[in-house]
Amino acid sequence: MSAPVRSLTIVGASLAGLRAAESLRRSEFDGRISLIGAEPHLPYDRPPLSKQFLAGEWDHERISLSAPDKFDALELDLHLGTRATGLDVAERSVTLENGTTVSSDAVLIATGARARKLGVADRPGLHVLRTLDDAIGLEADLAAGPNRVVIVGAGFIGAEVAATARQRGLEVTMIDPAEAPMIRGLGVEIGLVCGEVHREHGVDLRLNVGVSDILGSDRVTGVILDDGSTIECEVVVVGIGAIPNTEWLEGSGLELDNGVVCDQTCLAAPGIAAAGDVARWPNQRFGELMRVEHWDNAIDQGTYAAKRLVAAETPEPFAPIPWFWSDQYDRKIQLAGRTKPGDEMMIVDGSIEERRFAAIFGRDNKLTGVFGMNRPRHVMQFRRLLADEASWDEAIAFGQS
Amino acid sequence: MSNESAGYKVEVNFDLCESNAICMDIAPEVFEVRDDDFLYVLNETPSAEQRATVEDAVSRCPKQAISLVDLPSEG
Ligand SMILES: Cc1cc2nc3c(=O)[nH]c(=O)nc-3n(C[C@H](O)[C@H](O)[C@H](O)COP(=O)(O)OP(=O)(O)OC[C@H]3O[C@@H](n4cnc5c(N)ncnc54)[C@H](O)[C@@H]3O)c2cc1C
Ligand code: SF4
Repeated sequence: MSAPVRSLTIVGASLAGLRAAESLRRSEFDGRISLIGAEPHLPYDRPPLSKQFLAGEWDHERISLSAPDKFDALELDLHLGTRATGLDVAERSVTLENGTTVSSDAVLIATGARARKLGVADRPGLHVLRTLDDAIGLEADLAAGPNRVVIVGAGFIGAEVAATARQRGLEVTMIDPAEAPMIRGLGVEIGLVCGEVHREHGVDLRLNVGVSDILGSDRVTGVILDDGSTIECEVVVVGIGAIPNTEWLEGSGLELDNGVVCDQTCLAAPGIAAAGDVARWPNQRFGELMRVEHWDNAIDQGTYAAKRLVAAETPEPFAPIPWFWSDQYDRKIQLAGRTKPGDEMMIVDGSIEERRFAAIFGRDNKLTGVFGMNRPRHVMQFRRLLADEASWDEAIAFGQS
Repeated sequence: MSNESAGYKVEVNFDLCESNAICMDIAPEVFEVRDDDFLYVLNETPSAEQRATVEDAVSRCPKQAISLVDLPSEG
């Protein structure tokens, strides 16, 4: 039996970290909670950064993750605007950039991920989108009314920025070397449907071609594509994925491999857990090491990992069904489950032509996922079937009932 | 903190809600998205025992559309 945990350090003051702290206070944990965050801002919500905030509709206050009085009531030992630079695993002590050391009975790692960059020099007009500061800079560039915005990478962030820029009346070109947008999350068939939605909204979508260079030294003037052609533009937004923030843990002895590698209960070492975009753990339900970059998972895993650290008993393994949404134009996209290339697909409601449908995916006579475009209720119904490990036949029968 | 009466009320901002039924998944006794794709609050004043579950639904709502309002305590 180890001694009860009376104090906890949470590194990363965003969705996973904040919700972890809140859940502990809800469960009447009254020990010290230290929250460390590299950004100067109080925790804010990232999804609106590519949507309402970038559209200029919502301001900073609107995207706060916690009302000031509720945040104060958490009584946190707060260290914002300072990065953690190291972790002593045996002592559970975290060293900060500003020289402070914070030691606790347990540590929750929730340092998330950052935007991958292109590997060219930074310059005005060249953007990534991950933080509030990124969004403020990009919003200003969009508000200045550029003649064209080029989006490099048609993943979820790129596709959402494309939609928001079109809604602002800007000309948009979106470029991706894959054969369909959002292919990693949605697969080719559904990805192509989403690509058509973008074309219908006036996006110049170029697939099967990459970007080889960015033009302009004082400021972006265009991009050069792999096929040698150039596109003139004043703004480039790079959306080519995210990298887990684990550098500060190098040399700590924790296993780092595309995230902090944990056991099936999110523990990385005794008294140390990880949650959110930075965590990689074996999800029993799918029999694979997973790192999930979805909003809902950050809350679910943050809450779970906090409990894991303070509870006397070891909880059931963390084995959720990944789920995310994305809003593009007036289309609400959702996917639950884990689909792979080659899965069977079947439309169970609506039609692709109406751009309003639900589709299920299956493999080896098992339901593996459900996709919805403006069909939220169906996604949740099939998500429940996924939780019950329904067979493909059962899922089809349910869809026809 | 631990009040005997439930002492709170569930409010949904329907301008923000987009009927994705996350709350229903967590607390089906309180929230229901029906065939018309609208969310219905089945019980605006759930019990004190249900509060933790309802708070879970509040924090998991992607649109931050649900809030709990503390009611003035009786007596
Ligand atoms: C523009 C955008 C739109 C999105 N839209 C959606 C969506 O529609 N649907 C969806 O499901 N998901 C969406 N996501 C994903 C979702 O926001 C993330 O999954 C979620 O933010 C992950 O939370 P997290 O707390 O794990 O990590 P993060 O939010 O990345 O937070 C980690 C925090 O840790 C801090 N940090 C990093 N290193 C250190 C250090 N060494 N010391 C101290 N602090 C540190 C960082 O500064 C950051 O504040 C979107 C993400 C972005 C960027
Ligand atoms: S989770 Fe939020 S957005 Fe979804 S149905 Fe419930 S209240 Fe509406």
